[in-house]
Amino acid sequence: MTDVGYVIAGWVITAVVLAVYWLSILWRIRRGERSEP
Amino acid sequence: MSAPGTDMVSDADPRSGERLMAPVARRIVGVLALVTLAALVIVGLWVAPPDEFQGDAQRLMYIHVPAAWLAYLAFGVTAVSSALYLWPRTRSLVWDRVAGASAELGVVFTALCLLLGSLWGRPVWGVWWAWDARLVTTAVLFFLYLGYLALRRVPATLDVRAKRCAIAALIAFIDVPIVHFSVTWWRTLHQEATVFNPELDAEIHGTMALALWIGVLAFTLLYVYLLDLRYRLEVLDEDRDERELEAAIADRVQGGPPRETVGASS
Repeated sequence: MTDVGYVIAGWVITAVVLAVYWLSILWRIRRGERSEP
Repeated sequence: MSAPGTDMVSDADPRSGERLMAPVARRIVGVLALVTLAALVIVGLWVAPPDEFQGDAQRLMYIHVPAAWLAYLAFGVTAVSSALYLWPRTRSLVWDRVAGASAELGVVFTALCLLLGSLWGRPVWGVWWAWDARLVTTAVLFFLYLGYLALRRVPATLDVRAKRCAIAALIAFIDVPIVHFSVTWWRTLHQEATVFNPELDAEIHGTMALALWIGVLAFTLLYVYLLDLRYRLEVLDEDRDERELEAAIADRVQGGPPRETVGASS
C-alpha cells in the first residue's frame, strides 16, 4: 500500500469511528427518553 | 455551558443536573465542530505540503496528535471530576457523571490514537507496532480506562459506584504523565514532543502547524459536544437502573419471582 493509501485509511477509519460513536449515543439517548415514564 | 459546580446537587437528589449545556449551546458547539473538522480535512489533506522525509504519511499526524491530546484532556477531566467527587465540600453525582462520560470519550480517542499511530508507523518505521515506551504506556492507558469503564458497570448503589470509580480514576491518571514524558525519560523509537517539548520550542511551522492546531481545535469542540450528549445518557441510564431496581424490589416484596440483578450500567 502507498503512503496515500495509509493516509486515506486512517482518515476514513477516524471519520467512521467518530460518526458511529456519535450516532450510537444519539440512538441510546432516544431509546432512553422513549422508555421514560 | 453551566459549570457542573454551579448547579450543585446533593447525593440525596441524584436526578438534579440533568444536562451540562443548554440545547442551543450544544447545537452551536456541534456546528462549530463540524466546520472546523471540514477545515481540517481541507488544510490537512490538500493545503499542507507533504513532509520532506515522511512524505504524505505525515498527514496522519493531523489527526493522530489531536487524538492523543484529546485522550490527555478527557482523562484529565475524569481525574479532576473524580477528585471533586471525593472532596466532601464539592461531592455531587454530577462530577461522577462527568467523569464517566469523559472517560469513555478518552478511551475512544486513545483507541484512535493507537490505530492512527500504527497506520503511520507501517510506512515510516516499517512496522505496525514496536515495544517502545510511548506505545506501551499508551496501550496500558487504554486498558486502564477500559477497566475503569468496566468498574462503572459493576452493580452497586450510585454513591458506592461513584466513590470506587473516583479512586480508580485517580490511580489510572498516574499513567498520563508517564505517557507524555516517556519519550524524554527513556530512549524510544517514538519521536520527542514536537510542540510541548521540554524547551517549549515548537519545531513546526507554516501550514503544517496550522493543520495541527485546526485539528486540536476541531477535536476539542467535538469532545465538548460529545461530552454533553454522553452526560445526558448517563442521567438516563441512572434513571432506568433506578426504575428497574424499584420494580425488582416491588416484585420481591409481593413474593414474585426474582428478577436479574440490576447493574448501574453506564
